[in-house]
Amino acid sequence: MENFTLANAATLDAALAAAQQPDAKFIAGGTDLLQLMKDEVERPQRLVDLDGLPLDQFSIGDDGARIGALVKMSDLADNPDLRRRYPVIAEALLASASPQVRNMATIGGNLLQRTRCGYFRDTGVAACNKRRPGSGCSAILGFNRLHAVLGGSDYCIATHPSDLAVALAALDAAVEVQGSDGVRTVPINEFYLVPGDTPERETVLRPGDLITAILVPPPGMGERSHYLKLRDRASFEFALVSAAVAIALDDGRIRAARIAVGGVGTKPWRLPNVEAALAGAAVTPTVLTAAAAHAAEGARPFRDNAFKIALMQRAVARALATVTA
Amino acid sequence: MNEFEVSRRRFIGASAAAGGLAAATAKTAHAAVAQTSAAPVRTPEMADVTLEVNGRRHPLSIEPRTTLLDALREELRLSGTKKGCDRGSCGACTVHVDGARVLSCLTLAARCEGKAVTTIEGLAAEGELHPMQAAFLARDGLQCGYCTPGQIMSAIALVEEGRAVSDDAIREWMSGNICRCGAYPHILAAIKDVAGSGSRS
Repeated sequence: MENFTLANAATLDAALAAAQQPDAKFIAGGTDLLQLMKDEVERPQRLVDLDGLPLDQFSIGDDGARIGALVKMSDLADNPDLRRRYPVIAEALLASASPQVRNMATIGGNLLQRTRCGYFRDTGVAACNKRRPGSGCSAILGFNRLHAVLGGSDYCIATHPSDLAVALAALDAAVEVQGSDGVRTVPINEFYLVPGDTPERETVLRPGDLITAILVPPPGMGERSHYLKLRDRASFEFALVSAAVAIALDDGRIRAARIAVGGVGTKPWRLPNVEAALAGAAVTPTVLTAAAAHAAEGARPFRDNAFKIALMQRAVARALATVTA
Repeated sequence: MNEFEVSRRRFIGASAAAGGLAAATAKTAHAAVAQTSAAPVRTPEMADVTLEVNGRRHPLSIEPRTTLLDALREELRLSGTKKGCDRGSCGACTVHVDGARVLSCLTLAARCEGKAVTTIEGLAAEGELHPMQAAFLARDGLQCGYCTPGQIMSAIALVEEGRAVSDDAIREWMSGNICRCGAYPHILAAIKDVAGSGSRS
């Protein structure tokens, strides 16, 4: 790892000012950033330490949840109010990483973790459009078993790795961002960018912007939610496919459905066609399976990852069956 | 052990003096060659931090990039904490910081000012093994032993967190610690022994 200077920030304004310097990065939990720095994928000259900033509180009530960006994953996952009102968030968090990582990693940092694409993380590989714009994508014709079938381009098919972001996508959460020009709120489903021909740009954040909080609307009447994650091993692994479902039930019928999938998209991926097929439908196994089949629409398989399409349909069907049972 | 401590102190004193000399020489050399070519020696910017480890305070001047793992092993010579993957994937480097189990390989030592670090060396009280250490021995919860310090640090935290409610729960909450030898059944048995007997905190 290259050396760097470490700057403490006593206030939010001081942190934002320090981040204006070239080659500066914020560090919170550091669990992904230090991996990337050790592998020299990231080479910041200056780290702005966010420890001690007053962004580590959260509140969960009838008008929704506000989760400070520096809240640790473990602290949020353990909260009884969160588990009762937003089981999909709690389940996504507890299916993420390991207990040690969850004790370190923050909610804001989780949303900004970088892809696990092996070509991106191995600087011994010359071609990666995300790491070195214009150098080519090694995954499209390479080993792509873990890559995206939705949202890819000819430049990049790397998946977004966050489980939390998938849950938040299903809940229509928003990201509160503070930049040098003030505070703004970005819906999570507009926060991430598909790669297009600029895969190095992953979010709408501008240089020096800081995530300060996550805002989650209150669950609707009779809404239930659930997160299902399928992996190569039972724990401590990134998703092959995951499904976040939030279903409002009304007397055995589905009033509204919001569904997002992970491990299959270049960003957390909502499935509007599945949602439309469920709206107003009675809950029967046939209906759920038929609706889940729409998940495959628009999917583009590559040499090693075609299995993800059927796995995604089944994951959505199973998550729906679980949450409506 | 005492002999080692003495020679260690002497060694540190000697190297500190040598280090000071090298730094002074480096500055002179830098000034001399700056006009013509890249300087052969570069003085890294250092960070001052006092690490509190197992109840003892250690003032250190370290490169900001130094991980807590490297500071423990290389600066403090507490080599009980192991470096496995050095990327947060194996758990061999697990320590407690302010009571929470964390990965020392992904923690910057310079960010640990004012925090209490506990390592495997800090568990035994007055020469008596921590119950979890004793249980790992009794249950043969290891083969090569490399992952064991991390396993034990994680296991103690797991019991204190109240996660030891079933075999499956223990397996899930120990999933951040990989054992290449596959001693998992014995590790599970050791944790159940401690969890079932009312653990020492």
